[in-house]
Amino acid sequence: MRRAGPPVPTPGAHRGTPGYAIMSTVGRLPGGGLAKGLAVTLRTMTRRTITRQYPEVQPDLPPRSRGVIALFEENCTVCMLCARECPDWCIYIDSHKETLPAEGGGRARSRNVLDRFAIDFSLCMYCGICVEVCPFDALFWSPEFEYAEYDIAELTHEKERLREWMWTVPPPQAHDPSGEPPKEIAAAEKAAARGRKT
Amino acid sequence: MPDLLEIVLKLAAVAAAFGVLPLLVGQAEHKVMAHMQGRLGPMYAGGFHGWAQLVADGVKFAQKEDVVPAAADRTVFKLAPAVAIVPYLLVLLVIPVGPDGQVVLDLGLGLFFALAVMGIGVIGAIMAGWSSANKYSLLGGMRIAAQLMSYELPMVFAASSAAMAAGTLSLSGIVEAWHWYWLPWQAIGLVVFFVAGLAELRRPPFDMPLADSEIILGPYTEYGGLRFAFFLLAEYAGIVVLSALTAVLFLGGWRGPFLDAELGWLWLLVKVFALAFVVIWLRVSYPRMREDQLQKLAWAWLVPLALAQLALTGVLRVALG
Repeated sequence: MRRAGPPVPTPGAHRGTPGYAIMSTVGRLPGGGLAKGLAVTLRTMTRRTITRQYPEVQPDLPPRSRGVIALFEENCTVCMLCARECPDWCIYIDSHKETLPAEGGGRARSRNVLDRFAIDFSLCMYCGICVEVCPFDALFWSPEFEYAEYDIAELTHEKERLREWMWTVPPPQAHDPSGEPPKEIAAAEKAAARGRKT
Repeated sequence: MPDLLEIVLKLAAVAAAFGVLPLLVGQAEHKVMAHMQGRLGPMYAGGFHGWAQLVADGVKFAQKEDVVPAAADRTVFKLAPAVAIVPYLLVLLVIPVGPDGQVVLDLGLGLFFALAVMGIGVIGAIMAGWSSANKYSLLGGMRIAAQLMSYELPMVFAASSAAMAAGTLSLSGIVEAWHWYWLPWQAIGLVVFFVAGLAELRRPPFDMPLADSEIILGPYTEYGGLRFAFFLLAEYAGIVVLSALTAVLFLGGWRGPFLDAELGWLWLLVKVFALAFVVIWLRVSYPRMREDQLQKLAWAWLVPLALAQLALTGVLRVALG
């Protein structure tokens, strides 16, 4: 469904090419700036356009796009951290407590059951604090963006719809090979090195 | 009777060219400008790459209300679009598309007629600016008048250089007399004529009188619907006429690599479209010139260059006998 877009030119990447050397000489001649301007438009005309025909062709969105917030309902423990951290209070959570019958000789356990989880996307400012703050990995960013409605009230989406969007969440990106290693791995390696020494 | 039939056929051909060529140039402008800016341009109208975009625009313009401002000079206001567009139709009458009388009106003074009539097209825009009773329109109209004054001179000088080289004012005669060595000989004249013509058509980068971002299209501010469409059409017809005149005067008109008599119209069309492409290309590439830069270009560069070209033409003409 997602199509590979044309390669995006990196700024300054053309500097090394012979064409650039020619153009910079032309630019210094009298009237050379005019020729340079014409060359730029002509070159652009021969290249692929960057327009995406959106309704016909789906946009090629980067994996971390903030399209919509999806709820992985099974992971939610109704801790309410997301609702409390939300700067514009757009997360609505209702729950009740359920008591599980005692197993073996232990006492009866109680647990929270989620009744309602709704995000009002007419208020949401897509800050992503709820996603950051969730300790149980129940909230995720999805690149899905086609959920416009005709009535502002219909932009409050309930947990069933939020759960559906989980299927559109892309897998986590691989680590940048030249980036810093994650803290956990660094700590584990340090501990292992210490163990070898002693 | 065959004479009458021939005249009717020729007039029909000119009317068809006048109806179709400006639209083709307009569509080319949409698409070429879009691709030069990394866009696609119109893609939906007509189903295939937006080929019917200008037809759709025309239908939209035709549906609009015909508004005349209360303070406007009604007669002049209503007459202006016609004055702007009809001269270009008339110029097409004297453009030769082939040897041996393949022209509607073979005037001995063809060049004189073409230049004089093209100047009238500009009057239409000045009328629009004056009659709109709007300060932006008036400002635009005055700028158009100033532009006409300064650019008509180098344009006429450059054109007379071609006439001098050919020894005739007849457009057919100029093409007959054309040789390949005119290209280097009349190169300056070609550039001056083309640039001055662009300025007279108020095409970017010479669109200071229209300057949509500051004086909201100048003289066309108060126009809407069909009248505005006529001004737009006049602009594109102007491009066609300017390209055709430039091709006829400096690029050998209907002369081509072979079959001049049969395919002359095709060679001329190819040259017209190549020049129209340059018009669009210049529009996309250069920013609008300021009013003082406009005047300076005309008086400090084009007029001396045109005079130099005239001198060169005269000297070579006498030297070659």
